[in-house]
Amino acid sequence: MKAAVVAFFAGAVFAVGLVLAGMTQPTKVIGFLDIGGAWDPTLAFVMAGAIAAHIGGLWLTSRRTTPLFASAFVLPKRTDLDAQLLLGAGVFGVGWGLAGYCPGPALVSLGSGADSALVFVVAATAGMLIQHVTVRAAVSP
Amino acid sequence: MFSSSYLVALGGGALIGLAATIVWLGLGRIAGIAGVWGGLLQAGTADRAWRLAFVAGMLAAGVAASMVEATSITRSPAPLAVVAIAGLLVGYGTRMGNGCTRGHGVCGLSRLSRRSLAAVMTFMITGGITVAIVRVAGGWS
Repeated sequence: MKAAVVAFFAGAVFAVGLVLAGMTQPTKVIGFLDIGGAWDPTLAFVMAGAIAAHIGGLWLTSRRTTPLFASAFVLPKRTDLDAQLLLGAGVFGVGWGLAGYCPGPALVSLGSGADSALVFVVAATAGMLIQHVTVRAAVSP
Repeated sequence: MFSSSYLVALGGGALIGLAATIVWLGLGRIAGIAGVWGGLLQAGTADRAWRLAFVAGMLAAGVAASMVEATSITRSPAPLAVVAIAGLLVGYGTRMGNGCTRGHGVCGLSRLSRRSLAAVMTFMITGGITVAIVRVAGGWS
């Protein structure tokens, strides 16, 4: 129960951050990616603020051996670069550039009732399911 | 040159980083949104409760934000058919590449992850190329 309350609070803080940062305005996001055009550098400040705050937070909490409301810290162990990672990131970037949505801002934008957010969230959910199914098919033919 | 909108962006970013820290300290997890979202779709995910709570917090804040300031959440400039394709690509790509702007861009880069740096560079490049192609082709309007 405590974990769910913490997660709800974190989700709300994250969403407020995204809104203040302008990430829920797809035109602004596209402007950030448009380096050769009318480039809008605002989102670089968002990234800088987010990374600085998170590095600070990790440093302040680095002496803890367990989290407050769970049994252990869970970190991805892989450090190698593989084709899946780069291909997936590449495909993600194309979708991000087309509509100006990445997953977080799209979910937050659902709250405004914007039709494009709803279409995006439904389609992204379908994309994730297709990926799960194709990977499972490849692993167990 | 240095307008107040950059300061707001820094502040919004700091909240995004703070939210990532809350999830790490409280739950011991790296809360990439593609991971939270995709985990909800997979059968047998043990920790559904906090993922649902996190998304609920995002939605609640989205509703609140659009009520306080309607212009803070805008729709995508792309036609809905393009938004649907973009959603499919983002959903598929983030699951294939194990992360999105938040998972790789904020959490991963803060931990100096090689995989995340490679993913961020890849999606910035493909996103930038996509936006450039759309602009040269006349844009969405």
